[in-house]
Amino acid sequence: MFDGLSLDAIRGPWPWFVAGPLIGLMVPLLRLTTGKSFGISSSLQHLCAAAGRSESDYLCYDWRKVGGWNLVFVFGVLVGAAAAAIFLGGADQVVVTEGTREQLAVMGVSVIGLVPAELFGLASVRSVVLLLGGGFLVGFGARYAGGCTSGHAITGLADLQLPSLIAVTGFFVGGLVATHVLLPILMGG
Amino acid sequence: MVEARERKPWWPYLVLGSLFGVILTQSQVISWYRIQEMFRFESFHMYGIIGSAVVVAALSTKILRRLDAHSYRGEPIQVVRKEMGGGRHLAIGGVIFGVGWGITGACPGPVFALVGNGVWGALVVLAGALGGTWVYAHSRHRLPH
Repeated sequence: MFDGLSLDAIRGPWPWFVAGPLIGLMVPLLRLTTGKSFGISSSLQHLCAAAGRSESDYLCYDWRKVGGWNLVFVFGVLVGAAAAAIFLGGADQVVVTEGTREQLAVMGVSVIGLVPAELFGLASVRSVVLLLGGGFLVGFGARYAGGCTSGHAITGLADLQLPSLIAVTGFFVGGLVATHVLLPILMGG
Repeated sequence: MVEARERKPWWPYLVLGSLFGVILTQSQVISWYRIQEMFRFESFHMYGIIGSAVVVAALSTKILRRLDAHSYRGEPIQVVRKEMGGGRHLAIGGVIFGVGWGITGACPGPVFALVGNGVWGALVVLAGALGGTWVYAHSRHRLPH
């Protein structure tokens, strides 16, 4: 059934026209099997709610009942990613455009593997602060805006919801500021 | 015994989540480099993925609605209405999220996928994200919405 060619196609990095539609299909698949609406960042709220007692009304609810499905889903993401890493390896080596490579080199970032060791290698205090601080903004911003790339950019936009369009515009503006203004200052020198 | 009968199986979430994890990894969406390429307008890859995902999700949402579909267990299809309010939480929260996304190259889904890929630095991102969620939970009534 699997000849060499098709196996290579599954193992290698998937092109956008394969990955994009598959991600889009997550929305109806989730709705048809379980009735749920596709979105990831509420898992952060459920994890906080599960972590312990809090006086915040935002974290006081039956997290097992409301968010159990979401937590199982993100655990699945972790398991699926591990399986892909072990058996397929499509993300072992990322190849970026020459322009990106040169621009990143200016910041002292080399393109080796899946993510830069300069940031994710946890070798410097600065990189840990960047990951922790960046993560803080991701969590705070996603819950403040009421969704992230999945809930707003995919589910919300697909549903033609104006709030999601505003949020996604914000995502992009923030990303541009981080990439072109903040990262060169924070990573360089 | 009533409770046992009402309990819904959890495996569909595990299966669909795993599928999502495989796609995120194999398409390299979880790579900081790919996110940098996107914000530097150097590659079509990420735009193609998000754009085609939205189109496929939109078409299928429309079809499901037209068919007045229910899930196979009989639940009505849940459509979460995102809250508009004054819209400020969307703009401000959106930009804050975007800055974090640009720095770490990881939004919430990819954070879990990166951990699955053995990128332990993603655990630091996750810890930060939980901290951000916690702070939001305790400050939300003072924030503009």
